[in-house]
Amino acid sequence: MKGIEGLKAWQAAIQEQRDPDATWIAVCAGTGCLSQGAADLAAALREALIRHSLEGKVEVKETGCRGFCEQGPLIVIHPEGIFYPQLKAADAERIVSETILRKQVIEDLLYQDPVTGRRHIHEGDIPFYQKQMRLVCRLNGVIDPTHIGDYIVHGGYQAAAKALFEMEPVQIVEEIKRSGLRGRGGGGFPAGVKWESCRNAHGEPKYVICNADEGDPGAFMDRSLLEGNPHSIIEGMIIGAYAIGSHEGYVYVRNEYPLAVRNLQTAIERAEAHNLLGDNILESGFDFHLKINRGGGAFVCGESTALMASIEGRVGEPRAKYVHTVESGLWNKPTNLNNVETWANVPLVIEHGADWFSAIGTETSKGTKVFSLVGHVNNTGLVEVPMGITLREVMFDIGGGVRGGRHFKAVQTGGPSGGTIIVDTTGAARPAEDRDEHERGPALVPESLIDLPVDFESLTEAGSMMGSGGMIVMDETTCMVDVARYFLNFLTEESCGKCTPCREGIRNMLAILERICDGRGQEGDIDLLQEMSDTVADTSLCALGGTAPNPVLSTIRYFRPEYEAHIRDRRCPAGVCTALIEYSINATKCTGCHACFKACPTDAISGEVKAAHVISTAKCVKCGSCLDVCKFDAVVKQ
Amino acid sequence: MDIATLDKLCDRYAHERGAIVELLQTIQTEEHYLPRDALERVSANLDIPLSQLYGLATFYRAFSLKPVGKHQVLCCTGTACHVRGAKRVVDHFRRVLGIEIGETTEDGLFSLHTVNCLGACAVAPVAVIDGVCHGEMTAANVEKLVRQYRSRSGE
Repeated sequence: MKGIEGLKAWQAAIQEQRDPDATWIAVCAGTGCLSQGAADLAAALREALIRHSLEGKVEVKETGCRGFCEQGPLIVIHPEGIFYPQLKAADAERIVSETILRKQVIEDLLYQDPVTGRRHIHEGDIPFYQKQMRLVCRLNGVIDPTHIGDYIVHGGYQAAAKALFEMEPVQIVEEIKRSGLRGRGGGGFPAGVKWESCRNAHGEPKYVICNADEGDPGAFMDRSLLEGNPHSIIEGMIIGAYAIGSHEGYVYVRNEYPLAVRNLQTAIERAEAHNLLGDNILESGFDFHLKINRGGGAFVCGESTALMASIEGRVGEPRAKYVHTVESGLWNKPTNLNNVETWANVPLVIEHGADWFSAIGTETSKGTKVFSLVGHVNNTGLVEVPMGITLREVMFDIGGGVRGGRHFKAVQTGGPSGGTIIVDTTGAARPAEDRDEHERGPALVPESLIDLPVDFESLTEAGSMMGSGGMIVMDETTCMVDVARYFLNFLTEESCGKCTPCREGIRNMLAILERICDGRGQEGDIDLLQEMSDTVADTSLCALGGTAPNPVLSTIRYFRPEYEAHIRDRRCPAGVCTALIEYSINATKCTGCHACFKACPTDAISGEVKAAHVISTAKCVKCGSCLDVCKFDAVVKQ
Repeated sequence: MDIATLDKLCDRYAHERGAIVELLQTIQTEEHYLPRDALERVSANLDIPLSQLYGLATFYRAFSLKPVGKHQVLCCTGTACHVRGAKRVVDHFRRVLGIEIGETTEDGLFSLHTVNCLGACAVAPVAVIDGVCHGEMTAANVEKLVRQYRSRSGE
């Protein structure tokens, strides 16, 4: 295959083979849907098609993640675009006999808006999708990631061809710089500037790396992109390599993502087979080879220098970066590392131009950002939104508000390096100006941050950071001291141990938080935590230690009274810290249904059927099983 | 893994720079742990000090120096799972299996580990058993799952 013409001819040939009016079913096979039975559903659909003699006529395609994980398993029937969520394998027969054969929409399988009660036929009509701008994720859910033809038919690799045949490397770097694309892995460094430094650095060979070591707990956008559209990342890397002058690249993927590794491996092999990767790509004279490296399950390897050490086959310890990796990175050669989502944006910028890209977003943060919206929110899933959208829009309009009618408390962004920022101290989701003075909560928070625009600068100012895009919503049942403890525990385990402030500092901060959670907190602990935070942040070698205090500082900043309740009153207001809570049964409410008796794992509950039950505090392990099963609100947690 | 296979594996990776982690991963996937004699063989074949291999094996979470159970229970304790009650799920597994995190049951059937995020946050809390992801875990689910896997093993 040669040049853009060859690529376009291939695209046309595939298009010709495909009937645009043909019926086909897209089954979301993202991780969320798979864990809810998507594979069984796909098999049931195929069987139903065979029963109705439709095999070979109607295709069932397992695609990447569509984002609406909460509603999985879900399908879309094309070309009409009928969206059916929360399906079971047993629904397959009806779908084939009614919707596929008779073109009838099955009303009760449609998505029902929990607020308005209205049913929607198309994805685009659902509030969850309406405020989104799906650019990077546009093909997730449409293409089969294991079939390169699916990507080609949607114009795949044409941006790479444009770069190779119509643009000079310097021109590409300029275009990326002008687009304002910033690193999506968390740092937010301008991608074009990084490329330029690497391009101008002395030394051969040069390397390009895709950082797919998505370690931030609560973030899975890179996983979804790798699983659902691996070719877009390969294409981005080809363009980057050409612009920088590199002929060798690595994708460093987490070992915990086996499907992502598999799909990417398949994609690389297909691309090589079609002369889109390897020697003399599309006969342009440009060579680029790409290899996958599986991570070893170390969070610190998401840090660029630790990642490079790991590729070199060494222990993943970071080094001081007074010499940047663009000058001396992998095997001491100039190396350009970008995150998965950054690479996936590159073909879009080249295809549509820098002006198109920079028209999206805010003054300093351009384009879209993919977030994984999780935690105590109604519509959990993967959302792609233009930069600058407010937290309110993300959490209420897209996320559908908090689960179970509870109150919002906070949102955590940026993973262990980020912070937990308060959303609303009163639980009422209204703009601050609508509220009375006394309603605005503790003096520390002059107003709710619910209308904060989501971009690199605003989140950092608020004491958190964009990070890679995990957005964890927390309701009133979340204890902020416990959240801080959780993150420090995580970081203690993941600290590589090379530098002392990180290794010892975080561990000792954790010890203080543990004693606060255990009800052994002392006056002065908060001040001590803040003081230690400064030392750890200032003196750690890499960003893991440098940002480790963020979860502690941000929770103290916004939730100081909660810390004080633990320390002074030996009380956990959210009812999370087990040492500070006790379970009991309200005798007047208890009907003696015996459900808690059966659920208790330690036989701590006694009582006859139809008589009030009692919990023995000595035997109780505070697991909360009784609270879960009680239908009469008789179990009390204090 | 027999010696011949191991030698072949070493040959394959011998000329590739930095492939040692990949090699260990292949052994780990195959054996579910890194047996000492396998590490000694790799050390001799590729002329890498055993101490260096030990360093790698203990640094990366993906490696284990002890054999693991037939069924591997992996509880996600990522942030999204944590706020949705992952600790309770882990505690129930500990109680039901009678082992601590990182241990294997005496009958060799189950081992229990935690992981910092599996990227299935939307269906938190999550537990993965033998690679199969189970979402929205509850205490009741734990017992049911363990029973299922026990009966599948016929024990």
